Amino acid sequence: MPVITMREALNQAMREEMRRDPSVFLLGEEVGQYQGAYKITQGLLQEFGEWRVRDTPIAEEAIAGVAVGAAFVGMRPIAEMMTFNFSILALDQIVNHAAKYRYMSGGQIRCPMVMRGPSGAAAQVAAQHSQALESWYAHVPGLVVVMPSTPKDAKGLLKSAIRDDNPVIFMENEVLYNLKGEVPEEEFTIPLGLGEVKRVGKDVTIVAWSRSTQFALQAADLLAKDGVEAEVVDPRTLRPLDEDVIFDSVRKTNRCVVVEEGWRYAGFGAEIADRVQRGCFDDLDAPVIRVTAADVPMPYSRMLEKAYLPQPEKVVDAVRQVLYR
Amino acid sequence: MTRDEALALYRAMLLIRRFEERCAQIYVEGRIGGFLHLYIGQEAVAVAAMSLLRPDDYFITSYRDHGYALARGTDPRPLMAELCGKIGGISRGKGGSMHFYDVPSGNFGGDGIVAAHLPVAAGMGYAIRLRGTEQVVLCFFGDGAVNEGAFHEALNVSALWGLPVVYVIENNRYGMGTSLDRASSVKDLYQRGSAYGIPRRDVDGMDVLTVREALGEAIERARKEKRPTLLEVETYRYRGHSMSDPGKYRNKEEVEEMMRHDPILRFASVLKEQHEVKEADLEAMDKGVLAQVADAVRFADQSPWPAAETLYEDVYVRSPYVHAKTADRDPAWRAAVKEDRVPESFPEWAPLPAPAKVEG
Repeated sequence: MPVITMREALNQAMREEMRRDPSVFLLGEEVGQYQGAYKITQGLLQEFGEWRVRDTPIAEEAIAGVAVGAAFVGMRPIAEMMTFNFSILALDQIVNHAAKYRYMSGGQIRCPMVMRGPSGAAAQVAAQHSQALESWYAHVPGLVVVMPSTPKDAKGLLKSAIRDDNPVIFMENEVLYNLKGEVPEEEFTIPLGLGEVKRVGKDVTIVAWSRSTQFALQAADLLAKDGVEAEVVDPRTLRPLDEDVIFDSVRKTNRCVVVEEGWRYAGFGAEIADRVQRGCFDDLDAPVIRVTAADVPMPYSRMLEKAYLPQPEKVVDAVRQVLYR
Repeated sequence: MTRDEALALYRAMLLIRRFEERCAQIYVEGRIGGFLHLYIGQEAVAVAAMSLLRPDDYFITSYRDHGYALARGTDPRPLMAELCGKIGGISRGKGGSMHFYDVPSGNFGGDGIVAAHLPVAAGMGYAIRLRGTEQVVLCFFGDGAVNEGAFHEALNVSALWGLPVVYVIENNRYGMGTSLDRASSVKDLYQRGSAYGIPRRDVDGMDVLTVREALGEAIERARKEKRPTLLEVETYRYRGHSMSDPGKYRNKEEVEEMMRHDPILRFASVLKEQHEVKEADLEAMDKGVLAQVADAVRFADQSPWPAAETLYEDVYVRSPYVHAKTADRDPAWRAAVKEDRVPESFPEWAPLPAPAKVEG
C-alpha cells in the first residue's frame, strides 16, 4: 500500500471527487495560482480551471456565503479556510445559513458543502492564529464535524464529506500535514460518524482526535514501558458521534481519559465525559479525566506554548490518576 | 402592456396589501407570534420584480418577506398557515413570518440576519455561471443592509467574477428606528455601486411601472452580459419596523405625505386612464382578493399544529455516507429523510438541470 502524507491524501480526495462530479468546485484564498497556502490544492487549478478552482479575495464571509448559495442550488462547493481561525469571520454563514436553512424551510433546502482547512495549534503563531475551534462547530445542530488524524482517514472522510448532502466542517491540522501513512490505491470512502480504535489496550481508554491522537499514541508508548496497556480511540467525527466505539472500549478498560487541543471550559471533551458517565456508569472504576489546553489564549513563546498544549507526559499523568498509581 | 397584464400587477399588489392588513389583525389577536414585519407601502417593488422573473430564476430576500412569495404566485394558504405555526405552513411551522421559502418557485426566503443573504445570492449566481445557464438571481434588502460588511464582500466578488445577480436596495428610509441620515455616510445609496464599478441607478419605488422598467434593464444585463447591478428603489413602509414598533422616530405628516404616493392608488389611476378599467371593476377585484385572504386564514385555522415528533425532522438529509448505527442513535439523524419535502401547493418540482461541462 502506498505511503503518502496527509497533504497528498487530501489533494487526492479533492481531485478524485472533482473528476467524479462536475458539481464539485473549490474556492478560497490562494487555492489556485498560489497552489494553496499549505499546498493542499496543488495542481488543481491546472486540471480544473479557474471556475472550479476559484481564487478569492480575503473575504471569509463571501467565501462561505458563496459556498452556501451555490450549495442551495445544487452544487457541491468546497470552501477552504486558509486556517479555521479566519472562519470566525464566516461563522454567521455557517451557523445561521448552512446549518439552519433546511430546518427553517421545513426540509425544502439542502446545503451539500464542505468547509475545510487547518485548525488547532500551529507553531509559535500566537493566540489569533493558533486555536482549536471544533467545540464551537460541534455545538450546532445541522452541521457534521469531521477531524481526521491519519492520511487514510483524511482521504476517506473527505470523500464522504464531499458526497454527503449536509454541510460538513472538515477540520485538518497543520502539524499533521506532513504525517505519513498507508493509503489504499483503490477507490474507498470512510463513513462519517464512525470512530476507530487506533491502538488496542486493556487498562485504560484514551479518547482523542486530530493531532491529540498523536499525543495519546505517544503517551501509550510511554505507558507501555511501565506495563500499562492503553487503548486509543479516535471518534474521527465529532458530530454525529460514534458512542459505541468509545463505550465498547470503556466497558473493557473501566477507565477513560479524554485528550483535546481545545480549551477545557465547555470543550468537546466534556460532551464525551458526559456521555461516558451516563452510558458506562457501572463500568467506570474512576472519574473521567480530561487533558486539555490551558484555559488562556495561546501564548507565543515556545516554552509557554508547550505548557499550554496537552503533551504526552500530561496524558501519562492523567492515566496514572485514573489508575490510582 | 396589455390590459390583463396591467390588471395582474394591480391584483398582486392588492393581494399583498390585504394579506398584510389581515396579518396585522390576527397578530393582535395573538394568532401570529414572534416578529411580524409588514410590507405595506412597498408592494410595487416585489410585484414589479416577480413579473419579470422566468420560472427557473432564483431570488432571496430579508425577513420582510411576505410580498415576494405572494407576488411570485405562492398559494397564500400555506403562507398564512406558516404565520400561525401550523403543519400546513410552507415551512411546516418551523420558519414563521421571516422564513417563507418556496424552492420550486426559486424562492430562497426569508433571511433574518441583515445583509447575510447577499453573499448567498452571489453563490447562487456563481452556480449559474458554472452551469452556463441564462438564469438570474434577484437579491432584495433594506437600506440598513448597506452598512454591513457582507454587502461589501458580496458586491465586490459579484463584480469581480461577473455574477448574474441584481442587488435591489429597498430604501424605505429607516433601518428599524434609525434613519438613513444617521446610518450612511453617503445618502444616495446607489452611488455605493461606484466602489465596485458596476451599473447603478435609483428609481421611484412607489410606481410599479418605473420599478419594472429599471429592473427589466438590470435583469437583462445579468442574463446576457453576466454583470451585476445595484439598484436603489426609493420606497416607504407605512407600518412600524415590526408590530412592536410604535414609530416614534418619524412624524405623522411624513407618513401621510408618503401615503399620498401610494403605489396601489397610483396604479389604479393608470388602469382607469390607459386601460379603461372602471372603479366597479377594481371593487369587484378587491372583493375577490379579500375572499382569497379569508380563505387563507380559514386554511390556517383548520391546519393542525405540528406533531411533537416533527421537532427533530428537517435538520439533516439522510445520507449513505453517514454510518447507519450512529445515525440511528441520534434523534435528528433518525428523523432525517433522504428526499426534500416540497410543499403540496407546488407539485411541479423539477430537479435542477445537470451542470454543463466547464473548461478546465
